[in-house]
Amino acid sequence: MSAIFKREFKAYFATPIGYIILAAYYFFLGLTFASVYSAGSPDSVGVVLSMASVVVFSMPILTMRLMSDDKRQKVDQALLTAPVKLTGIVLGKFFAALAVFGLGFVPTVIFEIIIASMVSVNVMAYIYALLGMCLLGGALIAIGMFVSSLTESAVISAILSLVINILVIYMTSFVSMIKIEWLAKIVEKAAFMTVFETFGTNVFSVANIIYFLSIIAVFLFLCVRSLEKRRWA
Amino acid sequence: MINVTGLSKRYGTHLAVENVSFNIEKGEVIGFLGPNGAGKSTIMNILTGYLSMTQGTVTIDGFDIAEYPEEAKKRIGYLPEIPPLYVDMKVREYLNFIYDLKKVKFPKGPHIDEILKLVKIDNVQNRLIKNLSKGYRQRVGFAQALIGNPDVLILDEPTVGLDPKQIIEIRNLISRLGQNHTIILSSHILSEIQAVCKRVIIINKGQIVADDLEENLSNKLSSDRSLVARIVCREKEMLETLSTVKGVKSVISLGKKEEGSFDFLIEPEESADIRAAVFDRVVSRGKTLLSLTSNKISLEQIFLRLTEAADNDEARRLLGIEPEAKAQEEAAENETEETKVQEETEKEEK
Repeated sequence: MSAIFKREFKAYFATPIGYIILAAYYFFLGLTFASVYSAGSPDSVGVVLSMASVVVFSMPILTMRLMSDDKRQKVDQALLTAPVKLTGIVLGKFFAALAVFGLGFVPTVIFEIIIASMVSVNVMAYIYALLGMCLLGGALIAIGMFVSSLTESAVISAILSLVINILVIYMTSFVSMIKIEWLAKIVEKAAFMTVFETFGTNVFSVANIIYFLSIIAVFLFLCVRSLEKRRWA
Repeated sequence: MINVTGLSKRYGTHLAVENVSFNIEKGEVIGFLGPNGAGKSTIMNILTGYLSMTQGTVTIDGFDIAEYPEEAKKRIGYLPEIPPLYVDMKVREYLNFIYDLKKVKFPKGPHIDEILKLVKIDNVQNRLIKNLSKGYRQRVGFAQALIGNPDVLILDEPTVGLDPKQIIEIRNLISRLGQNHTIILSSHILSEIQAVCKRVIIINKGQIVADDLEENLSNKLSSDRSLVARIVCREKEMLETLSTVKGVKSVISLGKKEEGSFDFLIEPEESADIRAAVFDRVVSRGKTLLSLTSNKISLEQIFLRLTEAADNDEARRLLGIEPEAKAQEEAAENETEETKVQEETEKEEK
């Protein structure tokens, strides 16, 4: 697993993808922070959570070639014939993407320090918001990886996961269109954003953490199955 | 070392590999020979655990690939048809990655240095793989298979795309590795198999049609120790003369191949050496013998005959392995075989 992690993490920076993603994150983070700072109400929790839509649009780029490229370049023959478990391969790739994603939020530490030097801050709230962001990111990475494992083309993988991400994130907006009441309720309660937004409040909820963790687990499991299925094709 | 029993692989309705069984001892070097699409790569992919089998079992050093994949895979180094390379990595970086992936126990630096030298890529170790030529990529793929010094090496067409000098180098390397490794090598280039393998498994349409030592295969098919003689003479007269030589079973005229002379295919009775007798007879009649060559079939011809056979039963018959053949069919077979030999010899002469 660690070998795959190292290789995939490095691969993000062997191509411009890693740099572009980080640059985009830093740009939008800086922009948001500057605007809340000049408005006189500095709050790093809000800055972190405001990145959700940037994350939704950037995630397909982060995950598009994670699985698909191996198949296209036939490297999967080296991975799958090496004495490693499929779970190890999938987890290694997952954590590599998550690590790059996590790097994107490093500047918020600086923001937090700046704010803390001026007003008293609730550090726990900031950490909780970061955790929420990591869980959202993790869930989107897991979905993106699964989509990527279905195809050999990075472009198809990117477009497909973008569509899925948009659907998932803006699900709450579609709720009003659902005429069946109980279904609408379920969709609203279970929508990514409904759960994600609770990480901005100070209410610590294990259920919400488990919600994202189980989404991650399900899609990573599907990704492993998708690799396994290839052997039986 | 490698034990395969009743292996079958089905892709949808297409049966790619059908009931293949063989046993490979430690230290053997085996050649998989077959035309494109015969199922060589599929079998290799199953042996290495990349594909699953529909039926049958594969054990590597006693470990079933389906039940103990990690133990089995530890013992295999695999070079697939297209070398599995991350082209955005440098050669050494990539080999380091494979080293970590395979959880090798040898000291890292010296082990990789040794392999780099062995396949002669130490001069490109700091170059990006995407900038390497096909030959170098192939060798990086070879190096990847050697990492961890596995007991079994499975090489799918290892010399494809190499220049003649590189081909010889790789062949020598395989021969050297064969001294302390079990190697399966696939190829549709016959001379390659002849150069490095003692035992040959011929695969056609997903089935094994022959599994024997290379020399035995040649002998079985060319059991006719027939001769082709080119003699300056009159055709009819010489036909009669030759057929009365002691030990000669039959003589067929192959016609005029060179101005003023005729070619004859002379088939001896079982295991008789008739070369001297034929020479003496021709000379005693005052004729000139221009050439006398053995009609020994090369592996190339064996291969063509086996794979061009209408079905695998026919191919087995050519090898003298009797399926449920009736005597009549057999007779007919012998006839066609004769004409085939004749045709082939004609082609050769041209």
